[in-house]
Amino acid sequence: MEIVRLRVNGDERSCGVPAHYTLLETLRYGLGLTGSKQGCDKGDCGACTVIVDGRAILSCITPVWEAEGREVRTVEGLASGMETHPVQDEFDLNGAAQCGFCTPGILCSSVALLDRNPTPTREEIRAALAGNLCRCTGYEKIYDAVEAAAARLST
Amino acid sequence: MLRLPAFRYHRPETVDEAVALLARYGEGAMPIAGGTDLMPNMKHRLFTPAHLVSLNGVDAMKGIRVEGGDRTSRNGSPAEPAGAFLEIGALETLADLAAHPAVRFHAPAVAQAAGLVAGPQLRNMGTIGGNVCLDTRCTYYNQTKFWRHALGYCLKKDGDVCHVTRVGRKCVAAHSADTPAALIAHDAVLTLAGPSGARDLAAADFFITDGIRNTRRAGDEILTRVRIPVVPGRRSAYRKLRQRSSIDFPLLSLAVAADFAEDASVATIRGVVSALGARPRLLSGWDAIAAGTRLEPDVVEGLAERARRQCRPLDNIIVDAEWRRAMVPVYARRALRELAGDR
Repeated sequence: MEIVRLRVNGDERSCGVPAHYTLLETLRYGLGLTGSKQGCDKGDCGACTVIVDGRAILSCITPVWEAEGREVRTVEGLASGMETHPVQDEFDLNGAAQCGFCTPGILCSSVALLDRNPTPTREEIRAALAGNLCRCTGYEKIYDAVEAAAARLST
Repeated sequence: MLRLPAFRYHRPETVDEAVALLARYGEGAMPIAGGTDLMPNMKHRLFTPAHLVSLNGVDAMKGIRVEGGDRTSRNGSPAEPAGAFLEIGALETLADLAAHPAVRFHAPAVAQAAGLVAGPQLRNMGTIGGNVCLDTRCTYYNQTKFWRHALGYCLKKDGDVCHVTRVGRKCVAAHSADTPAALIAHDAVLTLAGPSGARDLAAADFFITDGIRNTRRAGDEILTRVRIPVVPGRRSAYRKLRQRSSIDFPLLSLAVAADFAEDASVATIRGVVSALGARPRLLSGWDAIAAGTRLEPDVVEGLAERARRQCRPLDNIIVDAEWRRAMVPVYARRALRELAGDR
């Protein structure tokens, strides 16, 4: 066990982890942040996507030590208090989540996109979400939700 | 759930420290940057190093700039002096490379290749150095230990039989990185740092036809930077065949680069194919077909057919080899048409 210090969703957190833990394992089993999902667990599916220093990355293949000193944002950190993020809101309104397993990762990829590019085209949304697999929705309602959120954020 | 094997994590801040750590722990140590290739491979128990040496704190291996000639410039202005080169730190991410104006201007095939690697999260993590040093891939290798055990393992890892060739004693796992074909087409030079100092190696000479270990990088060496000559009149393009355009490794990758004379005729042209064997392959005979022409349709056709005749993919990827071969001229044509100016 070693102590790792992370800045997660604006909070300074620390916990003891084995040296070979991934960021995902630390979030889920060390810090109780189980929103980020363990899907394929080898970098294919995108369910573990979190935002590190503004960029969407895969936490299941990130050694936890690489997250030290950086700003980690997970699905738990997207809402401000009781106020959901517009992307979360639009996922609800557009029926963009079905089983929900891919949703936390897709929300993080979407927020990372909108933070960099507040007015993405449909094609840019598709490209930004290309690394997130969803086996339920067929993606269209997800793209609709991100488009609607972008429209809301830019007004 | 796929657990990583136990390891110690080292975070050096200079190239010398990193090289010293790799030398000290020898076979038991491996370098890691983005980790997008190594982490899944470790989860599959293809590698179980006791020590991982992270390169991410080595600031000297970051940055993209145009240097040399008689001045130094940080932008991608067209008027670069002769002898200039694009210098890319090995830690630059594939996402940054794909978006960088100087890379897009001076080495379009490299920017295109970087932008077509895997999916967006993996491009945010993966580096150009890691992509160049990517492990080879094979249907019978990139599997969990459980899967490989059930089959009796293979030549590349833990076993002594090749399930692709059945009889062969040589590993035929496929080189599966995108950027090397483009780097070779651009005459890029790689810098490797090791215990006895740094050495430069042409990207074209970096790969060998051994699927088990397909590069000339020694275990205690680190790829620190990539340099691409800036040549006026050079244009390039990259094309990639894959199952899902959102994320997959290449089934075929193809880079072309040509130097055009002032009258818009081809002075010299290169084609490089990869993902078909253990190393990228420089196609032969292209200059004899295309030099002096303006890449008219019949010239493009001749080059595409010449490429097809030289490529014989194996069943090392779970997609029909004959189809991959049939796609060689199709992708060559598409890339060459981009060079000729009609996309």
